[in-house]
Amino acid sequence: MSALHPMIEPQASPPSRADGAHPAVEIRNVTRRFGQKMALDDVSLTLPTGTVLGLVGENGAGKTTLIRHVMGLLKAEQGLVRVFGLDPVLEPVKVLSQIGYLSEEPDLPGWMRVHELIRYIAAFYPTWDAQYASQLQQDFALDLSARIKHLSKGQRARAGLLCALAYRPDLLVLDEPSSGLDPIVRRDILSAIIRTIADEGRTVLFSSHLLSEVERVSDRIAMIKNGRIVFCDTTQAVRDAHTRITIRFDEPREQPPVMEGALMWEGRGREWTAVMSVPANEARSSASALGAQVVEQSALNLDEIFLARANRAGGQTP
Amino acid sequence: MLIHLSQSDGVPIYLQIVNQIKYLVASARLEPGEELPAIRTLAEQLLVNPNTVARAYRELEQAGVVEMRRTAGTFVSATKSPLARKEKLRVLGERIDALLAEARQMDVPIDELIELLRQHHRTMSPQSNKE
Repeated sequence: MSALHPMIEPQASPPSRADGAHPAVEIRNVTRRFGQKMALDDVSLTLPTGTVLGLVGENGAGKTTLIRHVMGLLKAEQGLVRVFGLDPVLEPVKVLSQIGYLSEEPDLPGWMRVHELIRYIAAFYPTWDAQYASQLQQDFALDLSARIKHLSKGQRARAGLLCALAYRPDLLVLDEPSSGLDPIVRRDILSAIIRTIADEGRTVLFSSHLLSEVERVSDRIAMIKNGRIVFCDTTQAVRDAHTRITIRFDEPREQPPVMEGALMWEGRGREWTAVMSVPANEARSSASALGAQVVEQSALNLDEIFLARANRAGGQTP
Repeated sequence: MLIHLSQSDGVPIYLQIVNQIKYLVASARLEPGEELPAIRTLAEQLLVNPNTVARAYRELEQAGVVEMRRTAGTFVSATKSPLARKEKLRVLGERIDALLAEARQMDVPIDELIELLRQHHRTMSPQSNKE
């Protein structure tokens, strides 16, 4: 069985629920190395209670490492990790009883039947909601008598989701939950996130490389690259801080112009287009400072922002 | 109420919801006094964050398109506010601009375009078809 289910006596009093006094997750100056590789480099991130944070980044950028710190599976070498004000490494039972966790490959015991799994997980959680569990089981059309190992990838993900949701955790942590799944399962997962946040005061941290999903459900988006946070802000603020601008010069140019905040240049001759990490008005004024005329300007979607940001080595030229 | 979210263009999701509800109201597919889905319901239907829907509804309220009644829900405004009419014209204006630009590109003269509009209007309204 996965180590993520805390050993709580079923008779124990319910764990303290989120009281709002602490942010759901607080990460301060966390650094982590794996050998030579800097997996997390001075990462700070706060997830207020009741919000949804989407964590994006390329494979190997540090998303899973960050999540493993939140779950208390890795100890911060430097810096501090708090979940509802508690250190997840020192108080795993209290912390994990408040977190619902689903990873890309849910670690479920293959030999168990679905109804056995449900009973088994339920025993760990005083807050287990049997009615909700049975509703989810019906919504997901999960065959109670099927063995986990015989379930399809999608049904296994749904079983994992049921186990992560049915005790109504205060914090839902999803690590690439929809990776490699068909659109219908992804829809179930998204819909579970939406329902979770519609319940007052619940917090979601999820990582995904599907930007469109992140944009749909997140209040805030954090992008991580080479172990560093590139940005962490509301979806709107992230969009507002980026723009695409096409400028035209009187004379043709051999090289792309130099403009503060330009992430990517395309074009040749007199007309050049840049994706920029500055607000639209700043891009405009730096263009006119170069003596160029702005011929087109448009907003970017998250995919485009992500691509432009990912292309540029974070401070370190390749 | 059918809302379709597109993620290819850079229009924020809340704004897409605002624009489409404005459009539905302007085209009378949502009638004055009609109730909009609850925030949570629409959020689950569109698979978007409930805060995004709430923000769209607030914007619509400020624009006078809907009224949010404390506990009862959100309703299309009964009175036609001047804003709503301005909005209709603005939405139409944008589409007309796009249409004109394309017509010019394809060398379709304005008179022909207007005639085309009339033709389409006739096929679209079943009443005039019967006549």
